[in-house]
Amino acid sequence: MARPHTFPGGLKLEGHKDISTGQPILKAGIPERLFVPLNQHIGSPAECVVEKGEHVLKGQMIGSVTDYVAVPVHAPSSGTVIDIQKFPAAHASGLPNDVVIIEPDGKDEWRERKPLPDITELDPSELRNMIRCAGIVGLGGAAFPTFIKLNPVGHKISTLILNGAECEPYISCDDMLMRERPHEIIDGAKIMRHALNAGKVIIAIEENKPEAIDSLQALADDLDWLDIQSIPVIYPTGGEKQLVKVLTGKDVPSQGLPLDLDLVVNNVATAAAVHLALDHQQPLISRIITVTGSGVRSPRNIEALIGTPMSDLIDLAGGYTENADRLIMGGPMMGITLKTDATPVVKASNCLLVQTPADHITEATTRPCIRCGECVKVCPVKLLPQQLYWFSQSKNLEELQTHNLFDCIECGCCSVVCPSHIPLVQYFRYGKSEIWKKEQETIKSDRARERTEARIKRLERVKAEKKALHAARAKKTAAGNDRKKEIEAAVARAKAKKTEGTENLDT
Amino acid sequence: MEFSQQQHYSPHTPAQASVSRLMLNVMLALIPGIVVYIIYFGWGVLVNIVLASFFALLAEGLVLAIRQRPVYTTLLDGSALLTGILLALALPSHTAWWVIAVGVIFAIIIAKQLYGGLGLNPFNPAMTGYVVLLISFPLEMTRWNPPLELAEQSMSLLEAFRYSLSGHLPAGLDLDMISLATPIDIARERVDMGMNLSAIRSEYSIFSNLSGIGTEWINVAFLAGGLWLLFRRLIDWRIPASLLLAMLTISGIFWLINPEQYLSPLFHLFAGATMLGAFFIATDPVTASTTPVGRLIFGAGCGLLIYIIRSWGGYPDGVAFAVLLMNLSAPLIDHFSQPRITGYKNPNNQKEHKP
Repeated sequence: MARPHTFPGGLKLEGHKDISTGQPILKAGIPERLFVPLNQHIGSPAECVVEKGEHVLKGQMIGSVTDYVAVPVHAPSSGTVIDIQKFPAAHASGLPNDVVIIEPDGKDEWRERKPLPDITELDPSELRNMIRCAGIVGLGGAAFPTFIKLNPVGHKISTLILNGAECEPYISCDDMLMRERPHEIIDGAKIMRHALNAGKVIIAIEENKPEAIDSLQALADDLDWLDIQSIPVIYPTGGEKQLVKVLTGKDVPSQGLPLDLDLVVNNVATAAAVHLALDHQQPLISRIITVTGSGVRSPRNIEALIGTPMSDLIDLAGGYTENADRLIMGGPMMGITLKTDATPVVKASNCLLVQTPADHITEATTRPCIRCGECVKVCPVKLLPQQLYWFSQSKNLEELQTHNLFDCIECGCCSVVCPSHIPLVQYFRYGKSEIWKKEQETIKSDRARERTEARIKRLERVKAEKKALHAARAKKTAAGNDRKKEIEAAVARAKAKKTEGTENLDT
Repeated sequence: MEFSQQQHYSPHTPAQASVSRLMLNVMLALIPGIVVYIIYFGWGVLVNIVLASFFALLAEGLVLAIRQRPVYTTLLDGSALLTGILLALALPSHTAWWVIAVGVIFAIIIAKQLYGGLGLNPFNPAMTGYVVLLISFPLEMTRWNPPLELAEQSMSLLEAFRYSLSGHLPAGLDLDMISLATPIDIARERVDMGMNLSAIRSEYSIFSNLSGIGTEWINVAFLAGGLWLLFRRLIDWRIPASLLLAMLTISGIFWLINPEQYLSPLFHLFAGATMLGAFFIATDPVTASTTPVGRLIFGAGCGLLIYIIRSWGGYPDGVAFAVLLMNLSAPLIDHFSQPRITGYKNPNNQKEHKP
C-alpha cells in the first residue's frame, strides 16, 4: 500500500467510539407512530401522495418528486396515515416541516416486490433511476441525493471511493456496519461501480477500526477491482475533499467536485443502501444510528426505521443519565442540537449524541481574539479563520469573500482549539448567510431595476407611439382639410359655372 | 424529554486551551530566567516584577471599571500581569517605583486599553512602555548594576525595595556603583573610539567567554523556558527560529568581515535581551504577524533590526525598537503572505466566487 498523503491542519481528537461498539447492532422494533418528514435532504421536498386515513404498505411511496435534486419518500412500515402536519424537523433551522404520521398496523406488510434482472445487464441510467426511486441519499450525514453522485456526466471515472473513515468522535454506525455487514457494502459497491462505469473501488477506513478493516479485507481478497485502504486517524479526514487528498495527493478545486479529478466519493452505508434497494427491492426506510454519549446509560448502535422518534432510541440505549443536558444529531464537531427527543430519525441521522455539562463549554467564556494563530494551523483548507472572524464581526462581506469564506467546510477545528473560546464556525455560517442574503437582495433589486427600466421604456414607447399616431392623425386631418378645400373649390367652380350657364340662359 | 430551547452551535466540545492557561504557562516559562537573573544581579529584578505587576493589575482594573467591562474575569486572563512582568524584565535592576509606574501605566492604559484592550492593540504594550521610559528618562534607564561577582556591595531584598520606593541607598553604596553600561554598550562605544574588540574584552571585566557575566546565563535560561514553550506547542516556532537565524546570519557576516570590530554571532545571541525577545516578546501573538510565512518574515525582520540597532544605534539594546517597528509592519506582511488555500492553483486564491 502506498504511503498515504496528508491534508493540511486537522486535529487528533479523542475517539470515544469504543463506548458504542461493544454490543452488536440492535434492530429497533416498529414504533407506535412513525413521523416521516417529506423534506429530508438538500434540494426540494417531496410532495405528499397519500391522504389522511389511507392505508399504506411497507415500502410504498408516500412522497413523490418532480425536481431534479430530490428523491421520493417511502412508508417505513405498513399502517394507516393518521395525519399530515407540521412537525419540528431534525435540521439546523429547527423550522417545522411537513410530516406524514403513520400508525403502523404491526403486520409490516410489504408492497409488491418484483425481482430484478441481473444488474450488470441494466443500463447505468436505468440503475440511477432505480436508485433515485428507492429514495437513496448520502448516509454520511449530508444526505445529498445519491443518484446525482452516480452520474459521471461525461467523465471517465477512474476510482469510486467509499468513505468509511468516520472521522468524527463518538460516531460508530459505519464501523459497525462494516464489521457486521461487509457483503452489503461490497455488493453495493459493485452496483455503484457499474452505474459509474468506474475502474476500481477503494474503501477508505481510519486505522482505529481494525475489525472493520479485517472484515472487509476478508471479502476483498478475491476481488481485483477492490482495495481496502487504512488511513491515519485525523479529523476531518472523512471530509470528501480531505479524503481525496489523503488517497490521491490531489486537491479538489475550490467550488469543484471530486468529479473534476475523475473520482466519486460515497459513504459505505450508502453503498449498503444501494445494495438493499436493487438486490432486495427495499427502498431507504431504515438506517443504522449510533446512540451514544455520556448522557445515555448504554450507548450502542441501533437500526431504526426512518420516522422513529428519537426518544424510542434513547430507551433502547438504556435511557438518559441524570445530568444529560444536550441532545445532538450528528457528532460533537458538526452536529446540530435538537430541542426535543420527539424529533424523528431521518435519512441523515447518523448519530444521536447525548451530552452532559462536562462535554461542552456551558457558560459564555468567550474572550477577545489574541491572534495566536492556532486556528490557522488546524484549518484543513488553509484559510485564515482569525481574519475571517474579524471580517464577520465587522460584516465586511467583500473581504470575507476575498478571504475565501466559501471554501470553509465548517469542520469546527478552529473553534475547538481557540483559547478564547470564540464560536468561529458560527461566525462563518453567519457570514455566509449574510452574503447569500445580500446576493438575493442584489438579484431582487436587479430584477426590480430591470422591471423599472422596462416600464420606463414601455411608457416612452407608448408615448412615442401615441405621438406618432397623433402626428399621423393630424397629417390626415390636414390632408382632409386640403381635400375639403379642393372639394369646396370644385363646388365653387361648378357653382360658378352653373351661375354662368344660368346667366347665359338668362341672357 | 425536552432540552434547552436555545440553539447551541457545533462544535460541542469541552474547552481545550484557554487564554488564561496560555498566559500562565508563558509566565511559568519565564521563571528560570528570572531565577538566574536574581542569582547574577541581585534582588532588584524581583522588586521590579512585584511593583510592575501591582501597577499593571491596578491600571487594567481601573480602566476596565471605567469602561464597564467585567474586571475580575478579565484580570484573570493574565495578559496585564504578563505585560507587567515583561516590562519589569526589560528595566535596569534598581529602578525607582515611579519610573516603573509611568512605564506600566502607559503600557496598559495607552498602548493596550485605549485601543480596545487585549487583542486589539497594534503594538506590544510592554515594549511601548519600555520605549516611553527609555526616551523620557534616559538617565534612569541606563543605570545598569554590575553582576554581583563584580560588585563590591549589593542590596538585600529589603534594601532593594527601600531603594526603589524611596531612593534611599544602603550605607556604603553610591549611585555610581549601580550605574554601569552594558557589555553591548561598552563594545560599541569603544569600537567607535578606535579600540579593537579583543582589547576591549580583556580590559573590561564585565565580559565573559560568551558575552557578559551573568547575561549569558540569563539568556540560556530564557532559551530553556522558550524551548519548553515550543515543546508544549504554546508558541509558534517560526518567530523565534527566524529571529535567531537572522541575527546569526547578519552578525556572522559582519564578524567574518572584521572580528575585531564586530561582535561574534554567539555574543549577540547570548547578550542583552536576545532570548527574552525571541521567545517571549516578539512572539506576542496579538501584535505579530499571523500567517505562517508572515511570521517567518516578522521574526527575521526583528532579528535584523536588533542587530542593526545594537551595532549602529545609540540604545542599550535593540529588541524593543525592533519589535515595535515590526509590529508596525505586521498588517502589511500579513496582507502579502496569505497561504495558498487548498483547491486553488494560483497563489492569490483569486477565483470568481459562486455560492
